[in-house]
Amino acid sequence: MGFLDRSRTIAPPDWNRWLVPPAALSVHLAIGQAYAWSVFKPPLEDALGLTGTQSALPFQLGIVMLGLSAAFGGTLVERNGPRWAMFVSATCFSSGFLISALGAWTQQYWLVVLGYGFVGGIGLGIGYISPVSTLIKWFPDRPGMATGIAIMGFGGGALIASPWSAQMLESFGRDSGGIARTFLVHGVVYAVFMSVGVLLVRVPATVAEKAVARSAVNVSARNALRTPQFWCLWVVLCFNVTAGIGILEKASPMIRDFFEGTPVPVAAGAAAGFVALLSLANMVGRIAWSSTSDLVGRKNVYRLYLGVGALTYLVLALAGNASKPLFVVCAMLILSFYGGGFATVPAYLKDLFGTYQVGAIHGRLLTAWSLAGVLGPLIVNAIADGQLAAGRSGPDLYTTSLFIMMGLLVVGFVANELVRPVDAKYHEPVGEVVR
Amino acid sequence: MNRRALVVLAWLWVGLPLAYGLVELIRKVTALFTG
Repeated sequence: MGFLDRSRTIAPPDWNRWLVPPAALSVHLAIGQAYAWSVFKPPLEDALGLTGTQSALPFQLGIVMLGLSAAFGGTLVERNGPRWAMFVSATCFSSGFLISALGAWTQQYWLVVLGYGFVGGIGLGIGYISPVSTLIKWFPDRPGMATGIAIMGFGGGALIASPWSAQMLESFGRDSGGIARTFLVHGVVYAVFMSVGVLLVRVPATVAEKAVARSAVNVSARNALRTPQFWCLWVVLCFNVTAGIGILEKASPMIRDFFEGTPVPVAAGAAAGFVALLSLANMVGRIAWSSTSDLVGRKNVYRLYLGVGALTYLVLALAGNASKPLFVVCAMLILSFYGGGFATVPAYLKDLFGTYQVGAIHGRLLTAWSLAGVLGPLIVNAIADGQLAAGRSGPDLYTTSLFIMMGLLVVGFVANELVRPVDAKYHEPVGEVVR
Repeated sequence: MNRRALVVLAWLWVGLPLAYGLVELIRKVTALFTG
């Protein structure tokens, strides 16, 4: 593979390890654009005559492909190295936009779904896991902080893409030609932006890598699936994400419904501000809580996410619409735990399974995200619709959902308590680990 | 290139777009308390 080969990415002795987080960020800030897909929905619906469900298809397929490619591509990423993975990610993600541009230009919507959802989705999954094991190897002293920086980028990507895409649509127009030009520019700019990560990323020198491998517990991705620890963490991640994504997906209508008919109603513009605050909490939580986990331990920080998270849901359910600041603070806390849960899990996996195939194990664990992405919005939307049909309004639309989320977090808390060090029978022999 | 300069450039490459995103976000957030 030449330039992309793992052997060509071994760092020279004077390489600065602080060059690796920006390499990771250049990928994660780009692929985090996925969370800003909603910007394209209204213009696509108007230009191509789509329903809301149809215009959500590229995003939904993209998230499904993210989970699948992370789960099935993880071993390839470990074998071929981070530069290869970042290159594949950049190629797929940018090509996805270019195919979508062709689809919008020719008014063939299936090309947008295929491009952004299928091809771009592979870029999302491979890109998401590409820097994880490399960062952990460069920062064995602070793995939580290192992976927190990268995964924070995924949260930050939407903050950049959302206003940028909106401004571009304003400039090029919201018809199919304008959308096509916007997609085209996205494809080109993201290719250039991500290529810096491809060029910068380095793996630690072989000697250091071997030393890390010899000193640590090392479990293969295949064996990890046979351990109860993997499945306990799967439950932890799934329910922590379900609890957060339920609020995130419904944030704008939720705050408006909560305070409708009170002396402090929330207007549409203010609700957008609330959504922005949640994005900020999600992003800051990723770096802050995962860095904290380096000091207090992974298990303790998940006790915080799940235990305090459950209590926060209880406060939200009991307080109802009594206080807007309390509602905002509780929702922000929950979203910071949601982001923290994503960002801390690679370091938790490293603690349990070692660095040997941590990227591949992380990829398999992300299938929990795919399920949570369906489960969270399903619970909140179905219950809210049912309550509305029963003639209820205000906080009553969400009280049952809040208690369900609290219950899920308690189950996650118990699963976290069940996590113990991995049995030695699953460890790899040293000769297998050192390549 | 000097490694330290490369580190600064690399962080600017990712930091500047992120700063733009944060500024735009703060503009929206103010609407929550004023709008």
